[in-house]
Amino acid sequence: MDRMPAWADVVLIPLISLLLAAILSALVILAIGENPVEAFALMWNGTVMKSSGWGYMLYYATNFIFTGLAVSVAFHARLFNIGGEGQATLGGLGVALACLYIPWPHWSLAIIGSCIGAAAFGAAWAFLPAILQAKRGSHIVITTIMFNFIAAALLNYLLVGVMKPVGSMDTATAKFPEPTHLPTFRDMFSTAETIMFRGAPANVTFFVALLACLAVWLLLWRTRLGYEIRAQGFSESGARYAGISPTWIIVVTMLISGGLAGMMAVNTTQGEAERLILNMTEGAGFIGIAVALMGRNHPFGVLLAALLFGFLYQGGAVLALWTSIPRELIVVIQALVILFTGALDNMVRIPLERVFMAMRKREA
Amino acid sequence: MDFATLLQIADSTIRLGTPLLLACLAGLFSERAGIFDIGLEGKMLIAAFFSAAVAFVTGSVWVGLLAGILSSVLLSALHGLASITFRGNQLISGVAINFLAAGMTVLIAQDWFRQGGRTPSLSGGARFEPITLPFATELIDVPVFGPIYHDVISGHTILVYLAFLAVPATWWVLYRTRFGLRLRAVGENPAAVDTAGVSVVGMRYAAVGICGLLCGIAGAYLATALQAGFVKDMSAGRGYIALAALIFSKWRPWYALFATMLFGFLQALALRPDLIERATSIRVQVQLLDALPYILTVIILAGFVGKAIPPRAGGEPYVKER
Repeated sequence: MDRMPAWADVVLIPLISLLLAAILSALVILAIGENPVEAFALMWNGTVMKSSGWGYMLYYATNFIFTGLAVSVAFHARLFNIGGEGQATLGGLGVALACLYIPWPHWSLAIIGSCIGAAAFGAAWAFLPAILQAKRGSHIVITTIMFNFIAAALLNYLLVGVMKPVGSMDTATAKFPEPTHLPTFRDMFSTAETIMFRGAPANVTFFVALLACLAVWLLLWRTRLGYEIRAQGFSESGARYAGISPTWIIVVTMLISGGLAGMMAVNTTQGEAERLILNMTEGAGFIGIAVALMGRNHPFGVLLAALLFGFLYQGGAVLALWTSIPRELIVVIQALVILFTGALDNMVRIPLERVFMAMRKREA
Repeated sequence: MDFATLLQIADSTIRLGTPLLLACLAGLFSERAGIFDIGLEGKMLIAAFFSAAVAFVTGSVWVGLLAGILSSVLLSALHGLASITFRGNQLISGVAINFLAAGMTVLIAQDWFRQGGRTPSLSGGARFEPITLPFATELIDVPVFGPIYHDVISGHTILVYLAFLAVPATWWVLYRTRFGLRLRAVGENPAAVDTAGVSVVGMRYAAVGICGLLCGIAGAYLATALQAGFVKDMSAGRGYIALAALIFSKWRPWYALFATMLFGFLQALALRPDLIERATSIRVQVQLLDALPYILTVIILAGFVGKAIPPRAGGEPYVKER
């Protein structure tokens, strides 16, 4: 018998955790001498009430959907992929190579090519940690952390030397050619009279992210491979007994996870910067962890959590602009969300289970 | 490479290796007791900030050191609460702690000092000053030994000597005391320790507490000895390099000394790429030197050069059998 109805596990626990994180964040804002209610009103007005705010929010959310899905897929096989940052960095390299060296006639073809490039490079960067975990038992968390740093050094090397155009001072590749530029929300939704999403970086990649959510849902709950991934996560010995090869599942899951993390780069590199720059991931690989935990590893939950973090990110930028609250407030909120929805999950869960048990006893 | 530059490199190896050594020993205590800790980075960072901030306000580096240790131990307690008491995921808790430190330090620094997330520069009594060991100046004319003693061994801050003393101390505590035996046993087979009537929870909290203490010293060293003041993200991945060194050293104190000094040496070389070029006439990329600790760790982890076997109960919350 379950101790708690399913809805409480899916909805109530994340909400309580979020509330705890929000209360603590409000206390932090109070402690640095600002008004949390005013701060929230500023964040709300700067994001949800303006179309350009939405444009930024959805742009950030696109990144977080990809990295959140990446972490979620790995979590289903009980693998903790903390290497989204490195995989996204390599994904950026894939996008840059696809955009710079293939003469695309039109963006609709270019985005397919860059998605394949990003996913392939991201997956390749996840391959070695995966095979080391599967074959040699090296802990995947440690290897993926190491690969984050190796990726950063590699990209630094490429952008300072090989891929930098001659005579350029920036540590970046050349600008991608015109036909690869993706249409932004402004291009898509503005009419002759009203300009929507002015100056905002949200672009067509957002819809690719939505498709990715759907694809991950189909993969996990409607295919044989997804069933095997979840079986492995549920019980490795059980899965092995059922004839599922752990090596194969670990490698395939990590390739999918790395590919998803890599595809984040399509949004930032091709969609926004239109060239490959240093540190284009801006920590989104790590935010994926918070998003996956918050979204309970379900693609729909990931979508909602990514929107929430997109709101926080844009709201944080607004706060930094108008108040003395630095952007790092968002890092604190992110830490609190990870803490409460991930590490301190039992702190919320155990008392809640007691409440439900007590209620059930009274009914009986 | 002449003798003088060699001494210079050795000197900066010790300087840069010291925070790695302290953090690595910190991780060693925690992981030997079965608590994975990827929050070394965050604990160092918060200790760096509070030691610098308090040292600046009070003018005393020792009060600063205490404040740094206190802040780091508090984060350790949080990690203990999440991973020991509430049996949460230790890795996720570590990630949260790293972010919490990265955000809070800048937030508080901006609120207190309004200098864009840094503390004012420290000087005088608010910093650890280098110590000249006895006879260092008198012996400088003795060939070979004199300059080594004067330039490499002497002239560091007290925290450096403390870090080097911590290596035999850690060895002694772990392998020659009852506490150490129990601590190692808790990381290998907590059920057996429990059967013997020793509190698993208590042992693990003690280990996490020592980890916080050592990380606190490491962070204070960064901000009040290696540099003069706190700047945003000043731990710069050292917590992760220490974690790499911990695996490289296979969770053993003396190996930890060699691993951290090797990684410190690589960092020292990365600061002077011209030296390698002159010595070997091969142009070595700085980025390669930056990545080398991580690459070496992956090779070790892959088990191609010896096998790194972590404590058996590492990462597993202990549930008493009913």
